Amino acid sequence: MEFWVTQSFNGVSYGALLFLLASGLTLIFGVMRIVNLAHGSYFLVGGYMGLTTVWRTGNFPLALFTGSLAVALIGIGMERLFLRRLKNQVLAQVLMTMGFALIFQDLSLLIWGGDPYTIPVPPLLRGSFRLSLVVFPVYRLFIILAATAVGIALWLFLEKTRAGATIRAAVDDGEMAQGVGINVPVVSMGVFALGAFLAALGGVVGGGFIGVYPGVDFEVLPYAFVVVIVGGLGSLPGAIVGSLLVGLLDNFGKALFPELSYFTLFAPMAVILALRPTGLFGKV
Amino acid sequence: MMGGRRRILALLAVGGLLVVLPPFLSAYPLTLLTQGLIFAVFAMSLDLLLGYTGLASLGHAAYFGVAAYVVALMTTLHQAGFWTCLVLALLAAIVLSATFGLVAIRAVGVYFLMITLALAMVVWGLAFRWVSLTQGDTGISGVPRPTLGPWSFAHQTAFYYLTLVTFLVAFGLLLLIVRSPFGMSLRGIRESEGRMRCLGYNVWLHKYLAFILAATFAGLAGFLWAYYNGFVSPVEVQLITSVETLLMVALGGPGTLVGPALGAGIIVFLKNFVSVYTKRWLLILGGVYIGVILFAPQGLIGALRERQSQDRKSSRYPAGIKGDTA
Repeated sequence: MEFWVTQSFNGVSYGALLFLLASGLTLIFGVMRIVNLAHGSYFLVGGYMGLTTVWRTGNFPLALFTGSLAVALIGIGMERLFLRRLKNQVLAQVLMTMGFALIFQDLSLLIWGGDPYTIPVPPLLRGSFRLSLVVFPVYRLFIILAATAVGIALWLFLEKTRAGATIRAAVDDGEMAQGVGINVPVVSMGVFALGAFLAALGGVVGGGFIGVYPGVDFEVLPYAFVVVIVGGLGSLPGAIVGSLLVGLLDNFGKALFPELSYFTLFAPMAVILALRPTGLFGKV
Repeated sequence: MMGGRRRILALLAVGGLLVVLPPFLSAYPLTLLTQGLIFAVFAMSLDLLLGYTGLASLGHAAYFGVAAYVVALMTTLHQAGFWTCLVLALLAAIVLSATFGLVAIRAVGVYFLMITLALAMVVWGLAFRWVSLTQGDTGISGVPRPTLGPWSFAHQTAFYYLTLVTFLVAFGLLLLIVRSPFGMSLRGIRESEGRMRCLGYNVWLHKYLAFILAATFAGLAGFLWAYYNGFVSPVEVQLITSVETLLMVALGGPGTLVGPALGAGIIVFLKNFVSVYTKRWLLILGGVYIGVILFAPQGLIGALRERQSQDRKSSRYPAGIKGDTA
């Protein structure tokens, strides 16, 4: 029983972290149809920027803010200067974002070196508490709460605001949205910045949990892709369900079948795809 | 198009150099040349999908890797010979692609990209985690160079010629495939899937067969790579390897066979050459990715043809990256 509770909790908290990463990816995909291989790099760079902020100021909330904002600006630059001209050219987008991913990886190595770091979190979030026989780390609970807050905020933003409505219109039919007077290029830029922001936020939050180290970018990227593929490209509910599913599958896979753990993660995804090629919540 | 006779002469000249030159080369350029030829086979195999059929696969390393792992396992655990390894390696690539193809071929455009990526991750996950079989991140080392009857390919030059022969066979077979009616139908599918379907072609089957054929040639490259490198690790099946092969094809020119081979040669040379002089070669490689997209979106062969066709005031562009949209 303890095993199941602990592993489920770990799975949900990891899923929460994945949600931060994948919600941005799925939004970007929904609006712009870009396969962004640099999305893991936003996580990495955000984590490192957060780390530097905590080192300089000791202020963790500030780190959440600076890390994500800096990366959002990087995202805007990438979108405006490079990706915009590659509209609808899938292969070119893949290769270009891969180029950026390599550059971010190497620059991070140059600036922050090759040692793994963990972002120091405030005392309030350290330690753990006990409910009957099961021990829950506070930080994992914080991740779940943070992801829930982000999820609700995103949902409210997308469903209840005018800006959200224009984004949904651009996801559903970009050409039509353009036709009724929505400035789709501006929407695209905003969504790209938001996606980069969320990924970097995940990087700072994850930095206090899985740490920041060279290679974490390409370690989390496949997870984000799996979440988006399983949930359906461009769907927020899909990202929520996909994140939880992937977090749980990953945790139970690692605990129960360590040798096949990635297989237990990716194989069910292949089955879902075989049955529903557009993912659980995706539209054609 | 380049003048037919000039093109054949150029190919023969390059081929002649590849045959005659190596005994006069020192060890290092020879290994580079061997590596280049292996990746040329790999890149050409991907181009059968990308350039000829219009399917951008982000998981082609899976078939390269699975063949390499088969060779590594069979030689280190069972002392299997050359032909046994060749047959089993190709068979592994065929079986794997026939299975994955059932899932992947249904998808189009960007979905195909994502699904092939995800399927390749299954293979990577097994290579990385199934430690009792694959030794995980440590990889399998000590793959011996093959012997074939009286010949041993332990020596660098001998192995080079084995690679060259394999490359030429692969090139010839691929040339036959893309020039055959089957290859023509693949190009038709690339240009307009709907039209081909209306004409009564079984589009699904054509794509499925192209997928398996491409994987088989990727397996052939993986087979050579395991012998060449003597060491196989999850690096061989990871996403970055798949993307790098896409870069080779894009750099050389999709929809040609010479282009990807050229692209493979350039990238292999660049990787080895630049990493000797600077630790920042990833930065430079990243720049190459971006530069290719910005300055040579049709690849080198494409740019060459474009210049020549401009001379003749013709506007027939070879299908390149711009044609492969979702």
